[in-house]
Amino acid sequence: MTKNQQSTRTLIRGALSLLVTAALYEAVARSGWFPAVLLPTIPTIVEALIASLRDGTMIWHAAYTLYRVMFGFALAIVVGLPLGILMARHQRVEHFFLPLISALMPIPSFALVPLFMLWFGIGNVTTILIVFYAATFPMAFNTWSGVRSVNPLWLRAAGAMGADENSLFWKVIIPGASPFIITGMRQAFLRAWIGVVGAEMIAASDWGLGWVIFDAKEFLNADVMLAALVVIGFIGFAFERLVFGTLERRTVQRWGMVRVAKG
Amino acid sequence: MQPIAIRDVSLNYDTPGGKVQGVTNVSIDIDASEFVCIVGPSGCGKSTLLNIIAGFLTPATGQISIGGKPVTGHGMDRGVVFQDFAQLFPWRTALGNVSFGLEMKGVANPERDRIAREQLRLVKLEKFTNSFPHHLSGGMQQRVAIARALAYNPSVLLMDEPFAALDAMTRDDMQRLLADVWKETRKTVIYVTHNVAEAVYLADRVVVMSAHPGTVKTVMKIDLPRPRDPLSVEFLDCQKQLMAHLGHNTNGVAH
Ligand SMILES: Nc1ncnc2c1ncn2[C@@H]1O[C@H](COP(=O)(O)OP(=O)(O)OP(=O)(O)O)[C@@H](O)[C@H]1O
Ligand SMILES: [Mg+2]
Repeated sequence: MTKNQQSTRTLIRGALSLLVTAALYEAVARSGWFPAVLLPTIPTIVEALIASLRDGTMIWHAAYTLYRVMFGFALAIVVGLPLGILMARHQRVEHFFLPLISALMPIPSFALVPLFMLWFGIGNVTTILIVFYAATFPMAFNTWSGVRSVNPLWLRAAGAMGADENSLFWKVIIPGASPFIITGMRQAFLRAWIGVVGAEMIAASDWGLGWVIFDAKEFLNADVMLAALVVIGFIGFAFERLVFGTLERRTVQRWGMVRVAKG
Repeated sequence: MQPIAIRDVSLNYDTPGGKVQGVTNVSIDIDASEFVCIVGPSGCGKSTLLNIIAGFLTPATGQISIGGKPVTGHGMDRGVVFQDFAQLFPWRTALGNVSFGLEMKGVANPERDRIAREQLRLVKLEKFTNSFPHHLSGGMQQRVAIARALAYNPSVLLMDEPFAALDAMTRDDMQRLLADVWKETRKTVIYVTHNVAEAVYLADRVVVMSAHPGTVKTVMKIDLPRPRDPLSVEFLDCQKQLMAHLGHNTNGVAH
């Protein structure tokens, strides 16, 4: 089978599982067991989605959410990546931060939204900080694991070839830890994406996909809610597959450091 | 190419279970451009000694000097090849791996590329310059490792059982290739092996070590003309002699 045929098959399989799920939903929605306002049919949802895309509101909501998530995610990488490396390289940093990370990582970011609202008010600051909180720890934790798992033979070989600390860091440790670093980014983004929608529900005003859902509740607009959910799911999926999938294919998969994912 | 002087080198490992003898009172003199093999039973300290010479370990007593200069830590006068195929950087192509030492040395690009390609040609891998290590066979990966260790032109090449994990047929090819490379480059080589035939095929002199304590038992000169014929009577005779040196207290660990 050629590469192209294989990716077409993967695409068909993915589409099939989505179609079956959608058909089941549609059957339940049309069965009349539930009021149509609460369980709108797929055409109604699509209509709401198209209308909100046409007048640009959904695009703006998505843009706000993406802005917040990217801002917080970038901050999380800028902080989490060096933190993870420092932890792996210096025992004292590890001793200080590891218990802290273990204690803070299990706290759902959503549980911090009210507190952050008290401190920073409603708007971008709170939502971005929630994203930052959600994403930093998985980033740091995975990087820490990755640096510790770098093959000592690579460090030895590099040392024997005259690598100084700087080259060792950029040319051996970072690429050597890259499978974990990419996993860290994936997990961080996932938590950031979940976190931002939650934060926007109560800590955003007027804009954001989370805010749309919460606002639609006031008017019993289940179709708008579901349309926003579709957008949330779609963007999350696109990032996972396109951004991180591509990153992985171009780096660690190409280098044979991880097995090729099927499906 | 530099002579090496190893004087009264000892090293013990501190383990939770107490002190473990690594090597004890090892003294060897190696001439410039000489090919020396170190053989001995498992655990007699061959790798320990090689790691001390490479500068990865600091001996408790004794000194090592290369070309008159005492060894302190690792340096670019030595190239190292390990047994494990995983020594290559998977994120670099064969060419990228071979270029690494040159990069560290500050050699700029048209020149760096040229030298790296030249080294790959030396180990007969010119067709695979742009392959990543995971697309190469074990023998090819070890050849890249040899090219990598030679690229920045160290005077000494240190090798710890580089072909031990290869099948017998590939190993024969690799030994022939290494003999050619050595003939062409005239490096001083210290080569650790378990394999008696390999030692007789490659070495000018074979250092036989014994365990408990890990020390030099005898040194045997191999005076066969090169290229050597592993099926000749003289070759087999040398092999028998070496086996006898080893056999005394190893119960046939060497094969
Ligand atoms: N890192 C270490 N910590 C503790 N003891 C060690 C360590 N490395 C080696 N030793 C011990 O030192 C002795 C010599 O080990 P070394 O690895 O040098 O032997 P070797 O001759 O290379 O053996 P082999 O042929 O199996 O590779 C052995 O008894 C071994 O158990
Ligand atoms: Mg060994």
